[in-house]
Amino acid sequence: MSHDQSLNPETMPNEPEKATLEGKNKFLGFWFFLGGETVLFASLFGTFIALRHSTAGGPSADELFGLELVFIMTMLLLTSSLTSVYAVYHMRNNNFKKMQLWFGITAILGFAFLACEIYEFTHYITEYGFTFRSSAFGSAFYTLVGFHGGHVTFGLAWLIGLMLRNAKRGLNLYNAPKYYTFSLYWHFIDVIWVFIFTVVYLMGKVG
Amino acid sequence: MAENTNSKEANPFQKQKNKEEMQKQVISFAMMILFTIIAFVIVATDMMQEMFVVPVLLLLAIVQVAFQLYYFMHLKDKGHAFAAVMIYGGVWAAALTLAALGVITWW
Repeated sequence: MSHDQSLNPETMPNEPEKATLEGKNKFLGFWFFLGGETVLFASLFGTFIALRHSTAGGPSADELFGLELVFIMTMLLLTSSLTSVYAVYHMRNNNFKKMQLWFGITAILGFAFLACEIYEFTHYITEYGFTFRSSAFGSAFYTLVGFHGGHVTFGLAWLIGLMLRNAKRGLNLYNAPKYYTFSLYWHFIDVIWVFIFTVVYLMGKVG
Repeated sequence: MAENTNSKEANPFQKQKNKEEMQKQVISFAMMILFTIIAFVIVATDMMQEMFVVPVLLLLAIVQVAFQLYYFMHLKDKGHAFAAVMIYGGVWAAALTLAALGVITWW
Protein backbone atom coordinates (compact mmCIF):
# COMPACT_ATOMS: atom_id res chain seq x y z
CA MET A 1 0.00 0.00 0.00
CA SER A 2 2.53 2.55 1.15
CA HIS A 3 4.69 1.99 -1.95
CA ASP A 4 1.93 3.36 -4.10
CA GLN A 5 3.00 6.59 -5.78
CA SER A 6 -0.48 8.08 -5.33
CA LEU A 7 0.04 8.01 -1.58
CA ASN A 8 3.17 10.14 -1.86
CA PRO A 9 2.03 13.01 -4.07
CA GLU A 10 4.23 15.90 -5.15
CA THR A 11 1.88 18.36 -3.47
CA MET A 12 0.22 17.32 -0.27
CA PRO A 13 -3.52 18.06 -0.30
CA ASN A 14 -4.87 20.44 2.31
CA GLU A 15 -6.56 17.74 4.37
CA PRO A 16 -4.31 14.70 3.88
CA GLU A 17 -6.43 12.69 6.34
CA LYS A 18 -9.42 12.75 4.00
CA ALA A 19 -7.69 12.68 0.60
CA THR A 20 -8.09 8.94 0.01
CA LEU A 21 -11.22 6.79 0.13
CA GLU A 22 -9.65 4.79 2.94
CA GLY A 23 -9.06 8.01 4.88
CA LYS A 24 -12.65 9.14 4.37
CA ASN A 25 -13.94 5.78 5.53
CA LYS A 26 -11.71 5.84 8.61
CA PHE A 27 -12.98 9.34 9.43
CA LEU A 28 -16.65 8.35 9.15
CA GLY A 29 -16.21 4.99 10.81
CA PHE A 30 -14.38 6.54 13.72
CA TRP A 31 -17.11 9.09 14.37
CA PHE A 32 -19.57 6.19 14.34
CA PHE A 33 -17.40 4.42 16.93
CA LEU A 34 -17.33 7.58 19.06
CA GLY A 35 -21.13 7.68 18.98
CA GLY A 36 -21.13 4.14 20.37
CA GLU A 37 -18.56 5.08 23.02
CA THR A 38 -20.84 7.93 24.11
CA VAL A 39 -23.59 5.41 24.87
CA LEU A 40 -21.18 3.11 26.69
CA PHE A 41 -19.96 5.87 28.96
CA ALA A 42 -23.52 7.14 29.46
CA SER A 43 -24.51 3.77 30.91
CA LEU A 44 -21.49 3.84 33.24
CA PHE A 45 -22.31 7.42 34.29
CA GLY A 46 -25.97 6.52 34.87
CA THR A 47 -24.93 3.56 37.04
CA PHE A 48 -22.50 5.72 38.98
CA ILE A 49 -25.09 8.44 39.65
CA ALA A 50 -27.56 5.83 40.87
CA LEU A 51 -25.04 4.19 43.24
CA ARG A 52 -22.91 7.11 44.39
CA HIS A 53 -24.50 7.33 47.84
CA SER A 54 -24.46 3.55 48.44
CA THR A 55 -21.27 3.57 50.49
CA ALA A 56 -22.11 0.57 52.74
CA GLY A 57 -20.62 2.36 55.75
CA GLY A 58 -17.35 3.03 53.91
CA PRO A 59 -15.89 6.43 52.99
CA SER A 60 -18.13 8.79 51.00
CA ALA A 61 -17.14 10.82 47.96
CA ASP A 62 -16.75 13.94 50.06
CA GLU A 63 -14.31 12.22 52.43
CA LEU A 64 -12.28 10.56 49.68
CA PHE A 65 -11.70 13.08 46.95
CA GLY A 66 -9.07 15.79 47.00
CA LEU A 67 -9.71 18.56 44.49
CA GLU A 68 -6.00 19.46 44.07
CA LEU A 69 -5.03 16.19 42.39
CA VAL A 70 -8.15 16.18 40.21
CA PHE A 71 -7.37 19.74 39.12
CA ILE A 72 -3.81 18.77 38.16
CA MET A 73 -5.10 15.74 36.23
CA THR A 74 -7.65 17.91 34.43
CA MET A 75 -4.98 20.42 33.40
CA LEU A 76 -2.69 17.63 32.18
CA LEU A 77 -5.37 16.05 30.01
CA LEU A 78 -6.72 19.36 28.72
CA THR A 79 -3.22 20.49 27.75
CA SER A 80 -2.53 17.17 26.04
CA SER A 81 -5.68 17.79 24.01
CA LEU A 82 -4.23 21.13 22.85
CA THR A 83 -0.84 19.60 22.00
CA SER A 84 -2.54 17.06 19.74
CA VAL A 85 -4.32 19.97 18.05
CA TYR A 86 -0.86 21.44 17.41
CA ALA A 87 0.23 18.09 15.99
CA VAL A 88 -2.68 18.05 13.52
CA TYR A 89 -1.90 21.68 12.64
CA HIS A 90 1.63 20.65 11.66
CA MET A 91 0.26 17.64 9.81
CA ARG A 92 -1.84 19.96 7.64
CA ASN A 93 1.26 22.06 6.98
CA ASN A 94 3.04 18.84 6.02
CA ASN A 95 5.65 19.22 8.72
CA PHE A 96 6.23 15.65 9.86
CA LYS A 97 8.96 16.32 12.43
CA LYS A 98 6.98 18.94 14.31
CA MET A 99 3.91 16.71 14.18
CA GLN A 100 5.88 13.88 15.79
CA LEU A 101 7.26 16.29 18.39
CA TRP A 102 3.83 17.54 19.44
CA PHE A 103 2.39 14.03 19.50
CA GLY A 104 5.37 13.09 21.67
CA ILE A 105 4.48 15.87 24.12
CA THR A 106 0.89 14.60 24.05
CA ALA A 107 2.15 11.13 25.04
CA ILE A 108 4.24 12.53 27.92
CA LEU A 109 1.24 14.45 29.29
CA GLY A 110 -0.88 11.32 28.90
CA PHE A 111 1.62 9.31 30.95
CA ALA A 112 1.68 12.03 33.62
CA PHE A 113 -2.12 11.83 33.81
CA LEU A 114 -1.99 8.05 34.11
CA ALA A 115 0.64 8.24 36.86
CA CYS A 116 -1.63 10.61 38.85
CA GLU A 117 -4.55 8.22 38.43
CA ILE A 118 -2.55 5.20 39.57
CA TYR A 119 -1.35 7.20 42.60
CA GLU A 120 -4.95 8.24 43.33
CA PHE A 121 -6.29 4.67 43.20
CA THR A 122 -3.46 3.27 45.38
CA HIS A 123 -4.08 6.08 47.86
CA TYR A 124 -7.79 5.20 48.13
CA ILE A 125 -7.08 1.49 48.48
CA THR A 126 -4.25 1.64 51.01
CA GLU A 127 -5.29 4.68 53.10
CA TYR A 128 -9.07 4.32 53.07
CA GLY A 129 -9.65 0.65 52.28
CA PHE A 130 -11.87 1.90 49.45
CA THR A 131 -11.80 -0.88 46.87
CA PHE A 132 -13.81 -2.23 43.96
CA ARG A 133 -15.56 -4.62 46.36
CA SER A 134 -15.99 -2.43 49.45
CA SER A 135 -19.27 -0.82 48.35
CA ALA A 136 -21.59 -0.29 45.38
CA PHE A 137 -20.16 3.24 45.23
CA GLY A 138 -16.68 1.71 44.98
CA SER A 139 -17.68 -0.66 42.17
CA ALA A 140 -19.34 2.12 40.19
CA PHE A 141 -16.45 4.53 40.79
CA TYR A 142 -13.66 2.17 39.74
CA THR A 143 -15.64 0.91 36.73
CA LEU A 144 -16.31 4.41 35.40
CA VAL A 145 -13.01 6.11 36.18
CA GLY A 146 -11.03 2.93 35.52
CA PHE A 147 -12.66 2.52 32.12
CA HIS A 148 -11.57 6.05 31.27
CA GLY A 149 -8.05 5.27 32.52
CA GLY A 150 -8.11 2.14 30.39
CA HIS A 151 -8.95 4.29 27.38
CA VAL A 152 -5.98 6.54 28.17
CA THR A 153 -3.71 3.49 28.45
CA PHE A 154 -4.95 2.10 25.16
CA GLY A 155 -4.58 5.51 23.50
CA LEU A 156 -0.97 5.82 24.67
CA ALA A 157 -0.11 2.37 23.29
CA TRP A 158 -1.82 3.32 20.03
CA LEU A 159 0.04 6.63 19.76
CA ILE A 160 3.45 5.15 20.54
CA GLY A 161 2.83 2.36 18.04
CA LEU A 162 1.94 4.91 15.36
CA MET A 163 4.90 7.17 16.10
CA LEU A 164 7.45 4.35 16.07
CA ARG A 165 6.04 2.59 13.03
CA ASN A 166 5.98 5.75 10.93
CA ALA A 167 9.13 7.40 12.33
CA LYS A 168 11.18 6.72 9.19
CA ARG A 169 8.34 6.85 6.69
CA GLY A 170 7.46 10.51 6.91
CA LEU A 171 3.97 11.79 6.35
CA ASN A 172 1.98 10.39 3.44
CA LEU A 173 -1.63 9.82 2.52
CA TYR A 174 -1.45 6.31 3.97
CA ASN A 175 -0.59 7.26 7.54
CA ALA A 176 -2.13 10.75 7.78
CA PRO A 177 -5.65 9.30 8.40
CA LYS A 178 -4.19 7.08 11.13
CA TYR A 179 -2.72 10.04 12.99
CA TYR A 180 -5.89 12.07 12.52
CA THR A 181 -8.07 9.24 13.84
CA PHE A 182 -5.87 9.05 16.92
CA SER A 183 -6.25 12.79 17.55
CA LEU A 184 -10.06 12.42 17.42
CA TYR A 185 -9.81 9.57 19.94
CA TRP A 186 -7.63 11.64 22.25
CA HIS A 187 -10.03 14.60 22.19
CA PHE A 188 -12.88 12.24 22.95
CA ILE A 189 -11.02 10.95 26.02
CA ASP A 190 -10.84 14.56 27.17
CA VAL A 191 -14.59 15.00 26.54
CA ILE A 192 -15.27 12.03 28.83
CA TRP A 193 -12.89 13.41 31.44
CA VAL A 194 -14.75 16.74 31.50
CA PHE A 195 -17.88 14.85 32.57
CA ILE A 196 -15.93 12.68 35.02
CA PHE A 197 -14.42 15.60 36.90
CA THR A 198 -17.80 17.34 36.90
CA VAL A 199 -20.08 14.44 37.83
CA VAL A 200 -17.77 12.26 39.92
CA TYR A 201 -15.44 14.68 41.70
CA LEU A 202 -17.07 18.12 41.81
CA MET A 203 -20.61 16.83 42.35
CA GLY A 204 -19.19 14.33 44.85
CA LYS A 205 -17.76 17.23 46.84
CA VAL A 206 -21.06 19.13 46.68
CA GLY A 207 -22.97 16.13 48.02
CA MET B 1 -5.20 20.43 -6.96
CA ALA B 2 -4.54 22.07 -10.31
CA GLU B 3 -1.32 23.91 -9.56
CA ASN B 4 1.76 21.86 -8.96
CA THR B 5 4.48 23.78 -7.17
CA ASN B 6 6.76 20.75 -6.85
CA SER B 7 6.91 21.45 -3.17
CA LYS B 8 5.83 19.37 -0.23
CA GLU B 9 5.15 22.49 1.77
CA ALA B 10 1.59 23.69 2.12
CA ASN B 11 0.96 26.75 -0.05
CA PRO B 12 1.10 30.19 1.60
CA PHE B 13 -2.65 30.79 1.39
CA GLN B 14 -3.38 27.48 3.05
CA LYS B 15 -0.68 28.06 5.65
CA GLN B 16 -2.29 31.36 6.58
CA LYS B 17 -5.69 29.67 6.85
CA ASN B 18 -4.25 26.94 9.06
CA LYS B 19 -2.67 29.58 11.24
CA GLU B 20 -5.97 31.43 11.69
CA GLU B 21 -7.62 28.14 12.56
CA MET B 22 -4.91 27.47 15.12
CA GLN B 23 -5.50 30.85 16.75
CA LYS B 24 -9.18 30.05 17.17
CA GLN B 25 -8.23 26.74 18.73
CA VAL B 26 -5.87 28.40 21.20
CA ILE B 27 -8.66 30.81 22.18
CA SER B 28 -11.05 27.89 22.74
CA PHE B 29 -8.35 26.21 24.84
CA ALA B 30 -8.11 29.36 27.00
CA MET B 31 -11.90 29.36 27.38
CA MET B 32 -11.89 25.71 28.40
CA ILE B 33 -9.21 26.36 31.04
CA LEU B 34 -11.25 29.32 32.28
CA PHE B 35 -14.46 27.26 32.56
CA THR B 36 -12.56 24.49 34.38
CA ILE B 37 -11.14 26.98 36.88
CA ILE B 38 -14.59 28.53 37.44
CA ALA B 39 -16.07 25.07 38.09
CA PHE B 40 -13.36 24.16 40.61
CA VAL B 41 -13.56 27.54 42.35
CA ILE B 42 -17.34 27.27 42.74
CA VAL B 43 -16.96 23.92 44.49
CA ALA B 44 -13.79 24.71 46.49
CA THR B 45 -15.11 27.99 47.96
CA ASP B 46 -18.65 26.73 48.61
CA MET B 47 -19.91 30.04 47.26
CA MET B 48 -23.17 28.88 45.76
CA GLN B 49 -26.36 27.37 47.10
CA GLU B 50 -26.43 23.61 46.72
CA MET B 51 -29.45 23.54 44.45
CA PHE B 52 -27.78 25.84 41.91
CA VAL B 53 -24.32 24.26 41.93
CA VAL B 54 -25.12 21.07 40.02
CA PRO B 55 -26.91 22.72 37.04
CA VAL B 56 -24.15 25.35 36.80
CA LEU B 57 -21.43 22.68 36.84
CA LEU B 58 -23.23 20.66 34.17
CA LEU B 59 -23.70 23.75 32.03
CA LEU B 60 -19.98 24.59 32.27
CA ALA B 61 -19.14 21.00 31.30
CA ILE B 62 -21.45 21.05 28.27
CA VAL B 63 -19.99 24.34 27.00
CA GLN B 64 -16.47 22.93 27.39
CA VAL B 65 -17.41 19.78 25.51
CA ALA B 66 -18.93 21.88 22.71
CA PHE B 67 -15.60 23.72 22.35
CA GLN B 68 -13.80 20.41 22.28
CA LEU B 69 -16.12 18.91 19.63
CA TYR B 70 -16.52 21.93 17.37
CA TYR B 71 -13.03 23.43 17.49
CA PHE B 72 -10.61 20.68 18.53
CA MET B 73 -12.40 17.89 16.66
CA HIS B 74 -13.32 20.20 13.72
CA LEU B 75 -17.04 19.40 13.84
CA LYS B 76 -17.75 22.98 12.69
CA ASP B 77 -15.78 22.47 9.46
CA LYS B 78 -17.23 21.58 6.09
CA GLY B 79 -17.82 17.90 5.35
CA HIS B 80 -18.72 17.02 8.92
CA ALA B 81 -22.47 16.50 8.42
CA PHE B 82 -22.26 12.72 8.71
CA ALA B 83 -19.84 12.96 11.61
CA ALA B 84 -22.39 15.16 13.39
CA VAL B 85 -25.17 12.64 12.63
CA MET B 86 -23.04 9.86 14.12
CA ILE B 87 -22.10 11.67 17.32
CA TYR B 88 -25.55 13.17 17.92
CA GLY B 89 -27.06 9.75 17.29
CA GLY B 90 -24.77 8.56 20.07
CA VAL B 91 -25.75 11.49 22.29
CA TRP B 92 -29.43 10.73 21.72
CA ALA B 93 -28.99 7.06 22.67
CA ALA B 94 -26.89 8.19 25.64
CA ALA B 95 -29.73 10.48 26.79
CA LEU B 96 -32.18 7.58 26.52
CA THR B 97 -29.80 5.38 28.53
CA LEU B 98 -29.49 8.00 31.28
CA ALA B 99 -33.25 8.55 31.32
CA ALA B 100 -33.90 4.81 31.57
CA LEU B 101 -31.40 4.36 34.42
CA GLY B 102 -32.86 7.39 36.20
CA VAL B 103 -36.39 6.06 35.88
CA ILE B 104 -35.64 2.54 37.18
CA THR B 105 -33.66 4.02 40.10
CA TRP B 106 -35.87 6.83 41.39
CA TRP B 107 -39.37 6.35 40.09
